Amino acid sequence: MSIDTAPTASATALDATSAATTRRDILHRLLMTLGPILIALVIAGCILLAVGVDPLAYYGFVLEKGLFSPLGIQQTLTRMAPLLFLAAGLIVAFRAGMWNLGGDGQFLLGAVTAAASAPVLVEILPAWLALICSFLIAMVVAMIWSLVPALLRAYQGVNEIITTLMMTFLGTSLANVLVKLAFRDPTTTVPQTRTLPVEDRLPRLFETTITSGLLLGLAAIIIVHLVMTRTAFGLKLRIVGANPRAAVHAGLGVPGLTIAVFAISAGLAGLAGAVDIIGVQGNVRADWNPAYGLAVIPAVFLARMNGFAAIGFVFLLSVLSIGGESAARRLGVPNHFTLVLVSIVLIVLALAEYFDHRYNQSRRA
Amino acid sequence: MTGLFSEVFLSALLFGAVTAAIPLLLAGLGEQMSEKAGVLNIGIEGMMLAGAYLGFVGAFYSGSLWLGFLTGAAGGVAVALIMALLCVRIGLNQIVIGIALTLGLEGLTALLHHFQFSRSYPRLPAADATVIPLLSDIPVIGPAFFKHHLIVYLAVALVFAMGYLYRRTQLGLNLQAAGDKPAALDVAGIDVIRTRTIAVLTTGALAGLGGAYLANVGAGLFIPFITNGAGFLGIVLAMLARGRPVWVLFGALLFGVCLSLTTAMQVAGINIPTDIIQMLPFLAVMIMLVLFGRRASLPAALGIPYERGAR
Repeated sequence: MSIDTAPTASATALDATSAATTRRDILHRLLMTLGPILIALVIAGCILLAVGVDPLAYYGFVLEKGLFSPLGIQQTLTRMAPLLFLAAGLIVAFRAGMWNLGGDGQFLLGAVTAAASAPVLVEILPAWLALICSFLIAMVVAMIWSLVPALLRAYQGVNEIITTLMMTFLGTSLANVLVKLAFRDPTTTVPQTRTLPVEDRLPRLFETTITSGLLLGLAAIIIVHLVMTRTAFGLKLRIVGANPRAAVHAGLGVPGLTIAVFAISAGLAGLAGAVDIIGVQGNVRADWNPAYGLAVIPAVFLARMNGFAAIGFVFLLSVLSIGGESAARRLGVPNHFTLVLVSIVLIVLALAEYFDHRYNQSRRA
Repeated sequence: MTGLFSEVFLSALLFGAVTAAIPLLLAGLGEQMSEKAGVLNIGIEGMMLAGAYLGFVGAFYSGSLWLGFLTGAAGGVAVALIMALLCVRIGLNQIVIGIALTLGLEGLTALLHHFQFSRSYPRLPAADATVIPLLSDIPVIGPAFFKHHLIVYLAVALVFAMGYLYRRTQLGLNLQAAGDKPAALDVAGIDVIRTRTIAVLTTGALAGLGGAYLANVGAGLFIPFITNGAGFLGIVLAMLARGRPVWVLFGALLFGVCLSLTTAMQVAGINIPTDIIQMLPFLAVMIMLVLFGRRASLPAALGIPYERGAR
């Protein structure tokens, strides 16, 4: 299946020839992103008005907490770390035409294994080595978790949307079972894993509360972007995504590449879980499931699977979710409004892209 | 342990399985129709939530379950209308819009519930059952399968109606063509957009109805996020069923038994995390896929918006 995977997605500003057009292109893209967001804010504001909340006050809190207050922006940047890893994993999969919708299961299993291994490892190893080991364990566990869908897709042609969705349901439950039975901290009454001491977590950046996981996430997504656009391996994956049959005729080992795509994609999702635990949370509570994947999937699409654009969208998501949490608390609106806001932003952005595309076509014709 | 396998327990377990299966069945049947027509409907979870909330509100204020089902289905159709407009008519990416709709309805229904009911969760009276004479007297099976609300029998009848629709009618063939080779359907003089719109709106109605059943009969109340992935299960069922409505029914019952088992274990006070039992249906299906996994027979044009004259 290749659902509009847009092999032309690489034709972004990066490929433009002259600097002038590049600048105009970037400006145009910026306008095409900010304009729709404003429209979305107005629509969502009408909903707020309808339920009797002052939209200006709400957005004021969102901006203040999510963007402008020192503490808020630090939280926003910290929230970006796991989302960037997830986005990087999705970019690899989607560009190769594979619908890895199992990100949440892979994320949670990565998180749980990292949470279980890190507190034990820091007692026997130097801290930096322990953290690297936990990251690797989380990555490998998530990779193994994706092996069944990968093999089924590679050798049996079983549709990966079903298998990854089912594996994500299984993974969510398995993560809970592991927290409740295997890795439970015996010293607490609530079911959760042992807490990693704050001083053993990923170091914070400079004098702030921003996790250094942010840098790891940025590195991951930029590397993924460059690999997908600038290397032979990335080109092979994009060919598989654009036309699997042509890829076979071109002599590519499609089954092997399929398994590689799933391993990379799931590995990055596992790292997302690890970076959230080792950098921020410190432990996993039973029934913890932030379901980041569901919001990141459309963001990656809107970024046209471009790593740099995805960074922007992930930042936007983080501002909305951190700012929204705070605004909700202060104005007595349930936090669920953030979901509505994100949803409207996604839809209006998609619409704007459509009209932009139509406009360009009619101008060319 | 003897009490566990008594007649009463077994029939209660099966009764619960049917109750849990009906929303999945309706969602699966709906999704199946969308997919047949070439629209991958990931927004179905949102449609179910809209149906659950509006269905509950309708039944709560009117006191009539049937009116609740009607408002629930209407809620699903309303969401499906957005999906049809954005994904079928102007051809936006179905996965982006589907997920956006699911997220939006998750938030919107929780928000509306908060402002309507604050933190209270009023209950509806238990649904009155239609008892089928004679059959309901059979021990174990009778009380489990033949003492349900009328809509349950209608849902099962719908399975066979759908089978007839796909095999024997012009509309059924049109739907199939819209998913397999939309250009051919267009050349034959049938409007692809219209055919797909019919499919998406029907999906909305069925998903909304499923959501309304889940809230009004299954739970008797509405809580935010009540569907808890039922829509995604519907997608899984539709894809596993390979276009055959009867397989959606079997799949829904399998998942229903496991869901019902979870509740029963909690009631019986058995000390296994419910998560383990929740894993069972997925494990069973994964094992089946590993053993018998073949190429899924999905429509060729699934997920691809149709644009006349596009290459």
